[in-house]
Amino acid sequence: MFLYIARRALLIFITVLGAIILLFILFQFMPGDMATILLGPRASEALVESYRVRMGLDQPVYIQISRYLANVFRGDLGTDVLNHIPVRRLVMNVLPNTIILAFSAILLACLIGIPLGVFSAANKGSFFDLLSGFLSISMITIPHFLAGILLLLIFAVYLGWFPAMGGGQPGDMINQLYHLVLPALALSLGWIGYIARLTRATVLEELGADYVRTARAKGLQERVVLYKHVLRCSIIPVIAVIGVGFGNLMGGAVLIEIVFHRPGLGYLIYNAIATRNFPVLQGGLIIAIFLYALANFIADLSYVFIDPRVRGE
Amino acid sequence: MMIDDVVEPVESKGPSKKKSKLKKLLSTPAGFVGGLMVLIIILLAIFAPLIAPRDPLQINVINRFERPSREFRLGTDDIGRDLLSRIIYGSRIALTVAIPAIIFGVILGLILGIIAGYSSEKIDSFMIVFFDILRSMPALIFAIVILTMIGPNLYILPIIMGVTRVPIYGRLIRASTLRIKNNEYVLASQALGGSKMQTMFKHIFPNVVAPLFIQAAMDIPIMITFEAGLSFLGLGVPPPAPSWGHILRTGYLNVRHAPHIVIYGGLALIIATLGFTLLGETLRDVFDPKLQRKGEN
Repeated sequence: MFLYIARRALLIFITVLGAIILLFILFQFMPGDMATILLGPRASEALVESYRVRMGLDQPVYIQISRYLANVFRGDLGTDVLNHIPVRRLVMNVLPNTIILAFSAILLACLIGIPLGVFSAANKGSFFDLLSGFLSISMITIPHFLAGILLLLIFAVYLGWFPAMGGGQPGDMINQLYHLVLPALALSLGWIGYIARLTRATVLEELGADYVRTARAKGLQERVVLYKHVLRCSIIPVIAVIGVGFGNLMGGAVLIEIVFHRPGLGYLIYNAIATRNFPVLQGGLIIAIFLYALANFIADLSYVFIDPRVRGE
Repeated sequence: MMIDDVVEPVESKGPSKKKSKLKKLLSTPAGFVGGLMVLIIILLAIFAPLIAPRDPLQINVINRFERPSREFRLGTDDIGRDLLSRIIYGSRIALTVAIPAIIFGVILGLILGIIAGYSSEKIDSFMIVFFDILRSMPALIFAIVILTMIGPNLYILPIIMGVTRVPIYGRLIRASTLRIKNNEYVLASQALGGSKMQTMFKHIFPNVVAPLFIQAAMDIPIMITFEAGLSFLGLGVPPPAPSWGHILRTGYLNVRHAPHIVIYGGLALIIATLGFTLLGETLRDVFDPKLQRKGEN
């Protein structure tokens, strides 16, 4: 058990390390030199050269990589070339927004998806079941960003119920929540459908189990059997899937943040690309990859706790 | 825990059995509706020049932001191009990017997966770490970074999109290869002096390929969405080409005064992804019920 966790932890370490090195190598091929971008096209040859020396850009790539890695592990992600703000501060400023967005999307997906799935399973074959099945698959297939644009069109442009842009006034919780509704809903749609289907399938499977027969034989009400006994067992696979889902949400969040102009990790990365702000781009990507690997790690751990067979592998 | 752990080797099936399966495929409501939607998209893509009422690239600024009318069935976009024609040609773009992307990912995943499953433990663990590194990159961000470097490029786009699926296909193939590599017929081939290459491609390959094809079919809508998302950001298919992603970008930027662009462009994308998903899932249920996707997509 301990060995398994240690091995998985080592693997995410290697993965993140590998990803950072891969990124660094990729960046060598990126058009636009950091020194030229910072100093502008009219800077003299000598100035650019002295800047390159100061930044260590004249060193061989492997020295640059090891220097960068050492800094990353000390928690230093470099400095924004345009505003001279530490990248770590930029990332930390927007990271909570992205994490809140992802968590609210997952929460919303569970709150809507699980009851939908249980109800469908309890009324298998009914009109409601068919409708919910169709809605679920439609929600799964609609691209996040398209869902975002359509929600924006309906609820912000036509109805004017929710704001179309931004993350809300800093410090004003109500205002921020108000700005969170549409992006979170757009991001959660696919997961509502997915969790509804998963819950339906596991509930149907559990309904055939012995303990359900026992509970029914005891004379318990069908409702109690369903919500107290069956749901408790059916929820385990859903929890396991959420771990993996959180990683995937990070990708979806990028487009959603762009559609809603919402400050967040994805938006930061996107803007860094547009302005060729390498340190911000690199730092943002590393944090995104780390979160993604961490979510996968937690998902793997949750499997260990749920399914003892995995431990033996 | 992952898709690759629930895959079982598939025996080859006779043609008569396949025919009845095709019938089964189309007799379910999901399979029928999905098949119909896919058929529409494919026909639109093939016969686009015959069906489209106008040239999708022809600019006519005087007619910009026209609402749907008799002349322009679905209206026009920001520089007066006919939206209906652009959406019809868009199906061509969607398929010509998504399908090569899948093919590229499948071929690479297949080769690496078989090598991982059939080689020494050292190569296997190296491959696993490689797959994990690739998998740890959020696919969209990975594609955005590379495309920013090289700029929108119609030929490199499918390759990048395909690479992001390699870890999934590779792990799937590796798991199936591990499962069958100690079967009698594989051992027999080795005992008879067959080379490693021969054994890999003659005996293992045909037996691991079926679940891969089903997974690949189910990934078509993911690739269509992927391309649309990248084009929406201006990084996918190079501009004037009428990608659905571009249409949605134009619609998004003008959502307040020309909402018809987003609505019709979005509808086309939804029909394509929903159709391919319904068809793909029915395909999976009919041909290989054991292959269920969990978590990963």
